[in-house]
Amino acid sequence: MTSPVTVGVLALQGAFAAHLSILRDLGVEACEVKTNEQLASIDAIVIPGGESTTMSMLLVKGDMLNPLRQRVVDGLPVFGTCAGMILCSERIEDGRADQHCLSALPIVSRRNGYGRQIDSFEAELDVTGLDEPFHGVFIRAPVVDSVGDDVSVLAAVDGQPVLCSHGPVTVASFHPELSGDSRLHRRWLIDAGLLPEGLAEASDETAEVTP
Amino acid sequence: MTDQSLPSQARSTGSPLVKRGLAEMLKGGVIMDVVNPEQARIAEDAGAVAVMALERVPSDIRKEGGVSRMSDPEMIQGIQEVCSIPVMAKARIGHFAEAQILQSLGVDYIDESEVLTPADETHHIDKFAFDVPFVCGATNLGEALRRISEGACMIRSKGEAGTGNVVEAVRHIRSINGDIRKITQADSAELFEWAKQLRAPLPLIQEIAETGELPVPVFCAGGIATPADASLVMQLGAQAVFVGSGIFKSDEPVKMANAIVEAATHYQDPQILAKVSTGLGDAMKGLEMATLETKLAERGW
Repeated sequence: MTSPVTVGVLALQGAFAAHLSILRDLGVEACEVKTNEQLASIDAIVIPGGESTTMSMLLVKGDMLNPLRQRVVDGLPVFGTCAGMILCSERIEDGRADQHCLSALPIVSRRNGYGRQIDSFEAELDVTGLDEPFHGVFIRAPVVDSVGDDVSVLAAVDGQPVLCSHGPVTVASFHPELSGDSRLHRRWLIDAGLLPEGLAEASDETAEVTP
Repeated sequence: MTDQSLPSQARSTGSPLVKRGLAEMLKGGVIMDVVNPEQARIAEDAGAVAVMALERVPSDIRKEGGVSRMSDPEMIQGIQEVCSIPVMAKARIGHFAEAQILQSLGVDYIDESEVLTPADETHHIDKFAFDVPFVCGATNLGEALRRISEGACMIRSKGEAGTGNVVEAVRHIRSINGDIRKITQADSAELFEWAKQLRAPLPLIQEIAETGELPVPVFCAGGIATPADASLVMQLGAQAVFVGSGIFKSDEPVKMANAIVEAATHYQDPQILAKVSTGLGDAMKGLEMATLETKLAERGW
């Protein structure tokens, strides 16, 4: 039996509550992260959707940017969704000049690349390793402009990557926390070695992960 | 950019989940009223999650009187050009033609707002007919549920806009969340009576009894003027705040905007709130409820 892990959800702004509830449904210990103290106590972090420029500013105001960067460099597993994907990127297009990113994986994101709210959409995604499609909800979503050679693209819309992984880091340009489906959270936790596969499958009857 | 020559994957736009989704993304944030591109820049620089483009802030509407309408499209577009965050705009209650125009401009959210002069005294806009999501004001749970049954994807308290006085917003948030708590305690027979009393659809009442929350996010608006006000309403259950006159009618709008953004994140941390509340200059002057000639919250039903 491994010691229990705690997954933090960056809770400066955005849809953090939905992530917490999915993680708790998976039987994982999950907590909000708003301070460096909380950041120091977690074993993995979800960076939720929301307004990426606001989150970047709040990370700076709370002196959290460098501690978070350091933890990412040290191998902290990260799951970034929408704004969280933007923050995880190596470079941001169409962001603000003062907007920071964490370089958690080698991708370039273009903020609001799919357009304004009127262009927000839902689509069924074929995800590598999942038997059934995943329902993707894209809200003023960022586009992945380019990915590094060693990044795995797990799903795409019209040829553009929307779900990528790189070691313990997974990013989605959509919102898995809004479609009531925990398969991507679980897969990320398993990939990061934080959730034993057998236990994870036993805790969720509806979803299936192919090893 | 999508290559139009490729067969594109099936996408559905304007769905309820997509419309509510943006409201989910604004949680924990501050939406600021702005009347020109310069203010919009200040708002975005301070960390606003969205701006509300309008011609006059509510306190000026109050002062100047006259009929208050949708803003000039040129002014809204000017704000869209300088802003990379979502831009909202207001339509008059029942004025679906204004809403159609706003949708064609590509605004990200429409506020069917009592701050403007109502255009229809019987009907609110059929919000299901639009792909752009709507936020509507409410003073109590019944009103909130009626707006949701018309397609609103976000509810905000009405408060009393343009007063810098948070008392009405507190009343509305307490009323909405207090009734939700009572409904979760009601038995199934009592839910019929709740639906009747609140003049709200029974299925929504039954849903609340089960989930203990509104089916859409609830934000607070109307009279928020300080970081402490933002903390108060968020501790009472608001999931984000709209600040209208409170920022640009204060002594130091930049400082006030920054402080309220931090307050919305750290609303449960009095030490951080004390720090961000320090040295802000005077908040907007504000008005006592008893002195008001017009109560905007009484518009809509």
